[in-house]
Amino acid sequence: MTEEIIIAGFGGQGVLSMGKILAYSGIMQDQEVAWMPSYGPEMRGGTANVTVILSDERISSPVLTRYDTAIILNQQSMDKFEEAVKAGGTLIYDPNGITREPARDDINTFKIEAARLAAESGNPKIFNMIVLGAFLKVKPIVILDNVEKGLEKSLPARHHHLIPVNVEAIRVGMTRVEKA
Amino acid sequence: MTAEITEITREEHIVYRKTPALTGNVMHYCPGCSHGVIHKLVAEVIEEAGIRDKTIGVSPVGCSVLAYNYIDIDWAEAAHGRAPAVATGISRLHPEKYVFTYQGDGDLASIGTAEVMHACNRGENIVIIFVNNAIYGMTGGQMAPTTLVGQVTSTTPRGRDVKLNGFPMKITELLAQLDGTTYVTRQAVHTPPAIRKAKNALRKAFENTKKDKGTSFVEIVGTCSSGWKMTPVEANRWMVENMFPKYPLGDIKDI
Amino acid sequence: MAEIKLMKGNEVIAEAAIRCGCDGYFGYPITPQSEIMETLMAREPWKETGMVVLQAESEIAAINMVYGAAATGKKAMTSSSSPGISLKQEGLTYLAGAELPCLIVDVVRGGPGLGTIQPAQSDYFQATRGGGHGDYHLLVLAPASVQEMNDFVALGFELAFKYRNPVMILADGVIGQMMEKVRLDEYVPRWSDADIERVAGEWALTGKRKERERHVATSLELDAYKQEEFNHKLQAKYRRMEEHDTRHEELSCDDAEYIFVAYGSSARVCQKSVQLCREQGIKAGLFRPITLYPFPKRPLQALSRRAKGFLAVEMSAGQMIEDVRLAINGTVPAEHFGRYGGVIPTPDEIVEALKRQIIKT
Repeated sequence: MTEEIIIAGFGGQGVLSMGKILAYSGIMQDQEVAWMPSYGPEMRGGTANVTVILSDERISSPVLTRYDTAIILNQQSMDKFEEAVKAGGTLIYDPNGITREPARDDINTFKIEAARLAAESGNPKIFNMIVLGAFLKVKPIVILDNVEKGLEKSLPARHHHLIPVNVEAIRVGMTRVEKA
Repeated sequence: MTAEITEITREEHIVYRKTPALTGNVMHYCPGCSHGVIHKLVAEVIEEAGIRDKTIGVSPVGCSVLAYNYIDIDWAEAAHGRAPAVATGISRLHPEKYVFTYQGDGDLASIGTAEVMHACNRGENIVIIFVNNAIYGMTGGQMAPTTLVGQVTSTTPRGRDVKLNGFPMKITELLAQLDGTTYVTRQAVHTPPAIRKAKNALRKAFENTKKDKGTSFVEIVGTCSSGWKMTPVEANRWMVENMFPKYPLGDIKDI
Repeated sequence: MAEIKLMKGNEVIAEAAIRCGCDGYFGYPITPQSEIMETLMAREPWKETGMVVLQAESEIAAINMVYGAAATGKKAMTSSSSPGISLKQEGLTYLAGAELPCLIVDVVRGGPGLGTIQPAQSDYFQATRGGGHGDYHLLVLAPASVQEMNDFVALGFELAFKYRNPVMILADGVIGQMMEKVRLDEYVPRWSDADIERVAGEWALTGKRKERERHVATSLELDAYKQEEFNHKLQAKYRRMEEHDTRHEELSCDDAEYIFVAYGSSARVCQKSVQLCREQGIKAGLFRPITLYPFPKRPLQALSRRAKGFLAVEMSAGQMIEDVRLAINGTVPAEHFGRYGGVIPTPDEIVEALKRQIIKT
């Protein structure tokens, strides 16, 4: 199994930390993982994307042009990465940030209303965990137990009390993701 | 004749002996150069304090680059101007050791300004010995930052012109402004009383290291008869008349 | 049980330094490697192992602090990125000239000048040819994963002391900024005075005791004949390095007709290109130099007897290709493909380059 994922959106949406939790979850089930951010002077509000690769084998390039899954959280990223999904691959997006729906018919497309659900919950910070839940429902490459362990590893101890909230958000994402 | 020599070298007649901390190597310095006397003082202070096995010297680039041939301790020879950084590396990993740099005016006050400034500002627990003879000796008598206004050197053949070359730099006074320095003094070695004072200053500087007081900075105003194109006697007189008014002797800071 | 973590390449350099018993790190901030010193400062190893960490006033000061520390037989290191490494060249040639062991990490970014903060491999010449003045070489290790960033710290110190020579880890922004799973080493205690006496007692500045001659760390020799003799000694040392410590890796080379030659992050991208080639029925392989100096020319030569062509893939305008061509010596085609200035080549464009430049179909 090798899963090559791009997660793309705005800085501040939790793109990088979502990727990190996913990567840690992979480690928890003995997979090889790589996490490669776009880096530079892009801070909160700018575009941010991260490539995450989970594999049972040694990982080759951390820099890719085609992905098994693209998780897209704003229009700029849709414009940039829709075409980068491999034929037969998966695209997951949040329609709240999108002005043009994805058009490809050779891939599996899913949507998750993560921004709206997070706002309704009163805790906008769980946005990225709802998205992660949607991904894990569609691509169950790591089991929820290991995601929980991944959260423990990637969050500093002072934030560990937030883990149940995050796990709950992942469950919401799993329930609410729908085929587009 | 032989009998006379035997007589005067009898143990009870010996009033002075070269300190064992000086190697027997013949120094390469020119006649009249101040380095020889200063080397001797440094060696004596180290020997008398019984710290030869705990002292590491850092020699510069310049006439005293070969200081390691003369003082019999462990030495690191630094790149031009970098001695305070080298000394920092040694001292930080060996806080129990006595670490000193020995630098000339070109090395310390020109190319090494940043390194000396920041070592002093961090208050590195080291001794910096700064020999100021207002000229580059080794490369053949070029202008140094401390060269006096009007002083003729090979790169100021018509004398130092402040419009062209700026002003003589009183770096010792500058460094005294920094909170990391604990003892900043200016000495000379042109007379026996001056030599005694300079030795006391060096001793105090090494004692400061023992007390972990921060950076001790000892400037010694010296002569370069070759570079100045004078006899040693003329050079000493010229130094007293011209250097001392610009670079007055005495303690600048002592806390 | 070994500790397994998800870490950035830069962070792991800091962690590995602490764990392998490094005595002192001296650095100056520059993107994309500032996390190395930041991680060290946050970890406060002086409380744990006694390791000293100091932010210097410049890269020049930092490398000279390393010079001082290394001269006393301690394990000292610094890190920087391309423009900062240029500033360190003076210190590096003095370290090589005084035969002092130390570790330098260069997380390369694109140039020339201030260039870009994005990853590049455009400092291959600077790293492998010496970089500063005089006839000398660093031993250069090129990690291609976060795990190797970890492993090469301890290995780097080992080789540095083995040869009394500075060792450079030549990484790039990809390896520095990427997070991967890494198996951390067990803690190794810092060397005691007795250890230093055993390892470096013949030359280290440990304080002159009565029973031994004084030690001097210097690169100065005014007598031309003696200097030449010293240069002979250095050259002999480089030949020993080549004989005993040349490292490389071959992937899918056994039956390969076409071979990519790439190091560091380019090698990672090429691994993917090999997969893509194989999917298309092209028998491709990857030859990855791990030591860039000494360059693994003999194993590359051996491959050139059965391969049809080589493509050197670098994030530079063509530097390692010179070593590749020297090794292959014109027996089969060897071409260069590069993206540079901070641009990372994609696996697909590398495959296309192979077809266009080597296979010529």
